[in-house]
Amino acid sequence: MDTAPVPAKLLVVDDNKVNRIVLTRSLEKQGHVVETAENGAEGLIKLREQSFDLMLLDIEMPVMDGFQVLEACLKDVELRQIPIIMTSAMDELDAVVKCVELGAEDYLSKPVNPILLRARVNASLEKKRLRDQQRKLFRTFATSAVAEELLAKGFSLGGKYVEASAMFADIRNFTTISESQDPADTIELLNNYYALMFDAINKHAGIVNLIQGDGLMAVFGAPVWREDHREQSVYAALQMQELLQVFNQQQAERNKPQIRIGIGIASGQVIAGYAGTQDRATYTCVGDTVNLAARLETHTKVALKPILIDGNTCQGLSSDIGLEPLGDVLFKGKTQAVAVYAVTRGEPHNG
Amino acid sequence: MSQIDMHVFNELKDTAGEDFIGELIDTFIDDAPNMIAQIRTGLEKQDADVFRRAAHSLKSNAATFGATDLAALARELEGFGREANFDIGDRLEKLEVVFQQVAGQLGNLKP
Repeated sequence: MDTAPVPAKLLVVDDNKVNRIVLTRSLEKQGHVVETAENGAEGLIKLREQSFDLMLLDIEMPVMDGFQVLEACLKDVELRQIPIIMTSAMDELDAVVKCVELGAEDYLSKPVNPILLRARVNASLEKKRLRDQQRKLFRTFATSAVAEELLAKGFSLGGKYVEASAMFADIRNFTTISESQDPADTIELLNNYYALMFDAINKHAGIVNLIQGDGLMAVFGAPVWREDHREQSVYAALQMQELLQVFNQQQAERNKPQIRIGIGIASGQVIAGYAGTQDRATYTCVGDTVNLAARLETHTKVALKPILIDGNTCQGLSSDIGLEPLGDVLFKGKTQAVAVYAVTRGEPHNG
Repeated sequence: MSQIDMHVFNELKDTAGEDFIGELIDTFIDDAPNMIAQIRTGLEKQDADVFRRAAHSLKSNAATFGATDLAALARELEGFGREANFDIGDRLEKLEVVFQQVAGQLGNLKP
């Protein structure tokens, strides 16, 4: 357990001088850089002026007590990211429980035991490090609004049923394209392509939860629910095709290969959740709806239509989206035929 | 009679570091009379908040140094303060006597 901690910058807020000295000395001995504040108000000012990795906060203080500081921090998008360890007297357990319920990371009772202090500070710093990584990961795959909501509400690894729209998109003849050009050009092509696709998906509140080679999977309506997930997914698909046209024009001008994509969308119940381990998890959707979206994407090659959706996705679509019924199709592995529609026209719009 | 639990005191010495224990003792011996004065002010002005907060601080510091009796007396006063009950008998006088003993013994423990 004695792994050397990365020196962190800590703020000790306590109105009592002896307590401040003991905590500061102890934390400095453990390799951290420590700032102090004598009451809650002063603590908040320092928190806003400087950047801290963790705060140790006394509950009983004049001017502004620990509760008020804790509440102010939890309301603040920036300060919310700093873990807070409450420091309290042994007989203040009720107050401590209240703080932990409100969102404090942990607590320590005074007089502080140096071994517990080290363990709790290091555990909180480690959790913060993981959360920072998560935030970075979320921001890679989702809009920052979705990322912040996930971080605020937290997430559990367990899955649940949600109503959502699943989308698969794939580049046609990608093998041929990649064989005809330089590997560096292929990666550049993919990166430019993905930048455009992510943009279209994020603008329509979707989250890309899988990219594999030349294909991607996105989900709309989860993890943050929105009623119009069907319409948003179709608008995203239309914008993806439109952005691709612009991309292809640029490719043509530079004498580079052009690409075509097929998109399949299906809506309905999906099993959504974070799969993986506590340290490394990705937001995943599985189930029949997701399989159907993948089949529809594959079917674009047969139907020769760039965007195919199922009957469920057609429900509640705006009238500016044109639909062409292609009849029922029995997909491999399915017992029932599915009504398939090609999206024929529509005005891509944002939001 | 020893007012200091040496087990607690030695742990504090480990936590703060040998070189800092002297400064820590001085800080306490400087600060504690202010806390006691505030307890008295709270009592005279019947200000339960001032009374309770000062008793709370004194309790916390006394416990830090292993001054068990002093901590217990301060905790008792904190309880009175929480209930805004100022009928504390001679507890404050007792506490002052115990503090003098604690201060003397801590002074001798300085390196």
